[in-house]
Amino acid sequence: MSEASTNATATAAPKSYLDDGSTIRSWLLTIDHKRIAILYLISITIFFALGAFAAAAFRLELLTPQGDFLSAETYNKFFTMHGIVMIFFFLLPSIPAVMGNFLIPIMIGAKDMAFPRLNLLSWYVFMAGAGLAISAIIAGGVDTGWTFYTPYSSMYANSHVILAVTGAFIAGFSSIMTGLNIIVTVQKMRAPGLTWFRLPLFVWSMYATSLVVLLGTPVVAISLAMIFVERFLGFGIFDPALGGDPVLFQHIFWFYSHPAVYIMILPSMGVISEVIACFSRRRVYGYTFVAFSSLAIAVIGFFVWGHHMFVSGQSAYAGVIFSFLTFFVAIPTAIKIINWIMTMHKGSISFDAPMLYAFGFLGLFLVGGLTGLFLSTMATDVHLHDTYFVVSHFHYVMVGGGVMGFFAALHYWWPKMMGRMYPEGWAKFAAIVIFIGFNLTFLPQFQMGYHGMPRRYHAYAPEFQIMHVMSTAGASVMGAGYLTMFSYLIWSLFKGKKASANPWDSRGLEWETACPPPTHNFLETPVVTQDAYSFDLPSVTCVLEKKDKPEEHRV
Amino acid sequence: MSSASQANEHVAHHFESAEQQRQSAQLGMWAFLVTEVMFFSGLFAAYIIYRSLYPEAWTVGSHMLSIGLGGFNTIILLCSSLTMALAVHAAQTDKRGASARWIILTIVLGLAFLGVKMVEYSAKIEHHLVPGAHFHLDPAQELANLQAAGVQVGDHLRHAMETVNTAHVQLFFSLYFAITGLHALHMIIGIGVMIWLLKTTIEGRYSSAYINPVEVSGLYWHFVDIVWIFLFPLLYLVGRH
Amino acid sequence: MSEKHVIPVGTYVGIFTALIALTGLTVWVAFHDFGSMNTVIAVGIACIKALLVALFFMHLKYSARILWLYAGTAIAFFILLITITLSDYRSREWFPTPKAWSQPTATAPGASH
Ligand SMILES: [Cu+2]
Repeated sequence: MSEASTNATATAAPKSYLDDGSTIRSWLLTIDHKRIAILYLISITIFFALGAFAAAAFRLELLTPQGDFLSAETYNKFFTMHGIVMIFFFLLPSIPAVMGNFLIPIMIGAKDMAFPRLNLLSWYVFMAGAGLAISAIIAGGVDTGWTFYTPYSSMYANSHVILAVTGAFIAGFSSIMTGLNIIVTVQKMRAPGLTWFRLPLFVWSMYATSLVVLLGTPVVAISLAMIFVERFLGFGIFDPALGGDPVLFQHIFWFYSHPAVYIMILPSMGVISEVIACFSRRRVYGYTFVAFSSLAIAVIGFFVWGHHMFVSGQSAYAGVIFSFLTFFVAIPTAIKIINWIMTMHKGSISFDAPMLYAFGFLGLFLVGGLTGLFLSTMATDVHLHDTYFVVSHFHYVMVGGGVMGFFAALHYWWPKMMGRMYPEGWAKFAAIVIFIGFNLTFLPQFQMGYHGMPRRYHAYAPEFQIMHVMSTAGASVMGAGYLTMFSYLIWSLFKGKKASANPWDSRGLEWETACPPPTHNFLETPVVTQDAYSFDLPSVTCVLEKKDKPEEHRV
Repeated sequence: MSSASQANEHVAHHFESAEQQRQSAQLGMWAFLVTEVMFFSGLFAAYIIYRSLYPEAWTVGSHMLSIGLGGFNTIILLCSSLTMALAVHAAQTDKRGASARWIILTIVLGLAFLGVKMVEYSAKIEHHLVPGAHFHLDPAQELANLQAAGVQVGDHLRHAMETVNTAHVQLFFSLYFAITGLHALHMIIGIGVMIWLLKTTIEGRYSSAYINPVEVSGLYWHFVDIVWIFLFPLLYLVGRH
Repeated sequence: MSEKHVIPVGTYVGIFTALIALTGLTVWVAFHDFGSMNTVIAVGIACIKALLVALFFMHLKYSARILWLYAGTAIAFFILLITITLSDYRSREWFPTPKAWSQPTATAPGASH
């Protein structure tokens, strides 16, 4: 344990943020970024369960080729619900709104986000959007797929498209509020001495993510608003009868929705940098390259959206250019992966649960990224488009990358957030179970997709049954892993060992304050004198100024 | 830090200094305006693509709009931008009363803009130019109307009127209502912000030491003006020659 | 940006006058035939007006570079969305449509069922 963390815990132990008020009101009207992060954590856990429930329903359906458990229509509604809930209400807010919210002010030595009330508002807006989307589900569901493609969504679908679209539209604004807050906080509120190149890489990746949110989210919002206008007011913006082009919707939609993948994956990459450095006891190899590769991914991600539209009637020339540009995303991604491996090289690696998830991330994300190359090549995409190959590819990226990163973060910072340790043995067990279950679910999907099993069908040719059964079995294993994790995390809240301020003997400002941190994070504004990840230095990065004065007297 | 200067009472607990707070507010608003630009960009993209596909429909459509009302509204918004700038200026120089008066004028001009917009919208509704089942346009009749009104009809317009597909004009009006409607929504929000700003100005919350909300609201108002600066020529003036 | 820059009232009035004059100019131009340049001129004038509002009314001229960067980013990505999307539409006709697709005949395979 480091020196200043003992100091932090020793000085007249201030109330932790968890003990600072216990009424419902003190939670629902809080402007403390840490409590808002907890509100988000609870909400997205519920939505994750909802999305998983939908997945369970259609995985059951797919056990048999006949389509006898769910009707075609119900099946469509279930996979749409799975997509909408998991993307808009779980993955997009997962790391940014929970981990980003909780950690960024602490990591940069600030007392709170730049706009605390906006931060709280973002949660309410998020819940309002979620409420609308869920009311659409309760009212009878939506069957357009999460992509809301026109003209089906705008003219033909007989389900509750308007409610769902409005819900996603509103949730987008919550995303924007969080992104804006993160940008201003990182830009303006860093502690003295904390220069850009001393920032933890998680902060860099969250900054890049927030740029994507700022530039992309309003565009998908307007595309959804156009569906709203077309469906509700009868204006025909994408109506072919008026000369409108439904493919234009896809352009505007994917302008955001491709970069949205980076909103899900960049934060995970930031987490992986932190976790790998800590559990290899080494500074991240090629820090500046990793930092700038986040920005590069954010920017290049905006040039490639047309790879979703190779067979949509887009011009073949545009397709060629989009295909070509898509390969460029591989460069910064490869830079990151190589640097992580170089970080572990000759490091002193320990296999704690967060590190296991980081390994899971590396393996699964690599498969997700490499299969992306097949899909960004026009010739192969024509064969693979809208098959299970695509489904499997983006699950490897978004679950194998995004969710694994989220779980790594959840375990790594769980002691910091809750002040309790989770049971390490169970955590390792769950990590391995989830990894195995995931691969069992999605590896067969590459295979059957390659052999022509189209996505979004509730009935299928009998020769695919064996692979669908494997997939459903894998999903069950994965579900068991999730339930295990959920149980021991809840258990740890009450029975877990009390965490010390720096249980992993890590570096970074978040480990210099108590576990869980006091309401204003630090008793004194820290002054940073060292680079991030200084594992070779025994002492801590921060020197507390004016240690003797209690906080109230300072401002 | 302990000296209780006038500026410090406005510094929120999580900021170190008034300057940090001011810079954060400004960056926050500019970052928000970035999202606003992108918000409009989808509609502008639709506008530009459909215009490039159906130029004659855009020529006909813009002739259905009143250049007088559109131009008048442009002048109104530019005036409101001036009054807003002067309100910020007055707040910067500790002239609270003047600041309040400029804000009131800004609100009045904003309402005038919306009033003119309503007149325009109701005229479109009357002439069945709202997209949907009731949309109706007879180009030959419109051509005759224009000539009767003494408008010089050039070859360009005559050709457009004779060859236009009225379905495409409906597309023009879909975008016209979507874009100007979204802009009007921003005006309504802006007026709401101005009313709040007026209230807090009168309460004496701002002085030269602390005017962040005034400055930041001003940025928003000017942005809405900029959107209209582009909308006026693109909607009302295209294909007039 | 560390200094609050107070722009004199005279500058504001001057900018306002320029904006009104440019509005007049853009209307005047619209009624004269410059061929395909009409749109270019209209958008050009609008850009100048927007720049004047941003630089002076919004104080961008006297603001920190980071705000310039954000304003520039907005414009860049606005242009990105529009140009790339437009390039799809402009290049669709380049690809020759096969005869059999554009003119289905009774003898075309599959059409005789
Ligand atoms: Cu993509």
